[in-house]
Amino acid sequence: MEPTILAELTGNVASIGYGLAAIGPGIGIGIIVGKTAEATARQPELRGQLQTTMFIGIAFTEILTLLAIVTGLIFS
Amino acid sequence: MTADVSSPELAASGDELYHTPTLGEFFPDAILFAGTPFEFNRVQLVRLIILVVVLVGTYLIASRAKLVPGRIQSIFELIIEFVNTQIIDSVMGSERGRQFSPMLITMFVMIFAMNLGGVIPGMNLAGTSVIGLPLMLALWTFVTYIIFGVKKHGLGGYLKHETMPPGVPKPIYLLLIPIEFLQVAIIRWASLTIRLLANMVAGHMMLVVFISLTQGLLLSGTWLMAVSPLSGALAIGIYGFEIFVAALQAFVFTILSAVYINMATSDEH
Repeated sequence: MEPTILAELTGNVASIGYGLAAIGPGIGIGIIVGKTAEATARQPELRGQLQTTMFIGIAFTEILTLLAIVTGLIFS
Repeated sequence: MTADVSSPELAASGDELYHTPTLGEFFPDAILFAGTPFEFNRVQLVRLIILVVVLVGTYLIASRAKLVPGRIQSIFELIIEFVNTQIIDSVMGSERGRQFSPMLITMFVMIFAMNLGGVIPGMNLAGTSVIGLPLMLALWTFVTYIIFGVKKHGLGGYLKHETMPPGVPKPIYLLLIPIEFLQVAIIRWASLTIRLLANMVAGHMMLVVFISLTQGLLLSGTWLMAVSPLSGALAIGIYGFEIFVAALQAFVFTILSAVYINMATSDEH
């Protein structure tokens, strides 16, 4: 009996990989920005400092997703 | 390719109309000196034009500086003031940080101008979207924090300062020292490079995908033509987003440089 192909997928698995890689940093950045908004609401006078910390935190979290883009381009 | 968005209908309507962009976008054919180490292509041309515009512009502004600033001068003073207060004072404090302000202002203006190359019609390619420029700027930061850290603490003292944070139980140091050393020696500048480069590459790819998608849909000759205005509007929206990203990445790169220099030159805890 010859094998029957029921369904077929084409494309690059890197697309799925990028989706997976975006989940964690997405949640992380959400938490960072949400907490910053919360802290700003509590102490509006610290807004500038909090934003600086927020951008540093975002930069460190975001690099994981950016690494996924680079990985996809390198291994494709 | 990651940007694999071609739907079955689109592929069926003719492969000629829509191409998925590849990395070849960033390595265009040489214009001058092909085959030599001094090969000159569109990316270098874009960088050269932006460099000349920024240098001549800042020279003109600086040479005609007045006590009561005009419009252009006040915009430029706003940028300098922004870097001085928002980045240097808030990260390092003004008495230690102001010696680095020429470096950081240069970095900010240069990265911002080079990033904007990606959204200026006619250029369409950011100067920072090929690895050379981000790598050079990141290594500038690396060399600066090493030199100033060693100058302040001495070589052994600097390594101890960066790799042995106090208040940690002794056995943990076995794990901590290699990680922190790797962080100082490689990860910091490598992540600065990759962050800027990947943002610019991804931004350019998004623009190319949506603009060529609009063209492909518009010329497809089927009912898909009705969708093309949406895709075109999205492309214009992404242009706006890219301008924001250009400023944000310049800010992030500069502030992280300031943070790294601050870590290297801060006093003993």
